[in-house]
Amino acid sequence: MIMADPQVLPSPLVVAQKMAALWSTGDLQLHLIDTTIRIAWAFSLAMTLGGIIGYMMGRYPLLNAWLDPWLIVFLNLPALVLIVLCYLWIGLNETAAILAVTLNKLPLVMTLIREGARSASSELRDLAQVFKLSPMDKFRHIILPELLPHLVASARAGLSVIWKIVLVVEFLGRSTGIGRQIHTQFSIFNITGVLAYSLSFVVFILLIEFLIMQPLERYATRWRQNA
Amino acid sequence: MLNVDVLNKTFGDQQILGSCKLKLQAGERLSILGPSGIGKSTLLRIIAGLDTNVEGKVIRPEGIAYMFQGPNLLDWRNCYQNLMIFHREASQEDAQKALEQVGLGDKGLHYPRQLSLGQQRRLALARTFLSKTNLILLDEPFTSLDPQLKANMLGLTRELLDQSSAMLVHVTHDAMESEILGSETVEMQGCPAELQWPFK
Repeated sequence: MIMADPQVLPSPLVVAQKMAALWSTGDLQLHLIDTTIRIAWAFSLAMTLGGIIGYMMGRYPLLNAWLDPWLIVFLNLPALVLIVLCYLWIGLNETAAILAVTLNKLPLVMTLIREGARSASSELRDLAQVFKLSPMDKFRHIILPELLPHLVASARAGLSVIWKIVLVVEFLGRSTGIGRQIHTQFSIFNITGVLAYSLSFVVFILLIEFLIMQPLERYATRWRQNA
Repeated sequence: MLNVDVLNKTFGDQQILGSCKLKLQAGERLSILGPSGIGKSTLLRIIAGLDTNVEGKVIRPEGIAYMFQGPNLLDWRNCYQNLMIFHREASQEDAQKALEQVGLGDKGLHYPRQLSLGQQRRLALARTFLSKTNLILLDEPFTSLDPQLKANMLGLTRELLDQSSAMLVHVTHDAMESEILGSETVEMQGCPAELQWPFK
């Protein structure tokens, strides 16, 4: 029976012990930090660029007509192709790794923000114009709050894409990070190691979700909860 | 002073407005009466400078307040902020006074979604009248309200107008509304729609 073979499916206790051992040597933290830095860069770049380009596409039909075919291409291009091409063109370095993750998340952010810009109230913009709001006030009080649900949705959806892609990027071309460690454990067929690194990463994702993403979302939409 | 001299406004191939000439002096209140779809709101948008793709010329004063058909509030900002964001010179005390004028004195920290529809319209009214403006534009702001609420809102708007020296251009298809708010009424008619005020 498969349960009986600890080589194939180690018990939770063994995996927990392995996780504790990796933690005590500092290995786990080291690789987790490297992965987190890559995620933070890719996330920030994709949200900033995707937010700006997506908003412009939603507001300016001509720009949308020009960029839309590219958006469709990038939405449907397999992640692996982008990763391999980035490594081939730029080299096996951090820039290529972060760019590959960013390019995989960018189209999703652009699509969601474009929809947000399209569904924004034209009457609020008119109101801002009549009452002569400054561009900064218009951005702070009208554009940003209107886009916020879409920004939160794209952050959540985008983060889930990044969690997956970053490990593949590290697996294929980096010497550090959780993905790289999974690759090493895979090479020596150490399932306990693979599970220990994978589960640590899952715990980390859940911590980010419950300690950062959900409180941020609640704060950003507190006016809805008061209704 | 407001001086509107619109010669032609089209949407695609369709001409919506023909010759529309308006001259208003400070304190004058004009209601423009006409059936739905004739181009009243279009004319109001042109007067406000929201639609500039038009043949003609508009000389408008500084300081315009516009009240749309819907309340158009910032759902994510409380009532104080909904007033102060659009009137940067106004303090929270000014906002509080404006809220009290429309019967929302205890709602300053409430969000628009916590208000009833009537209260939301009152908040929009407070926003329109908070600062000293030279021109107030009302685009059928009480459409879709039940008769009692509409009567209350019209009474309140009239009170606020009586305290203001601003020019008013109000468009509606409701003759009763135009009688209450406008000191003068002009009918918009024809296709494309035309009007002239004052009459020759």
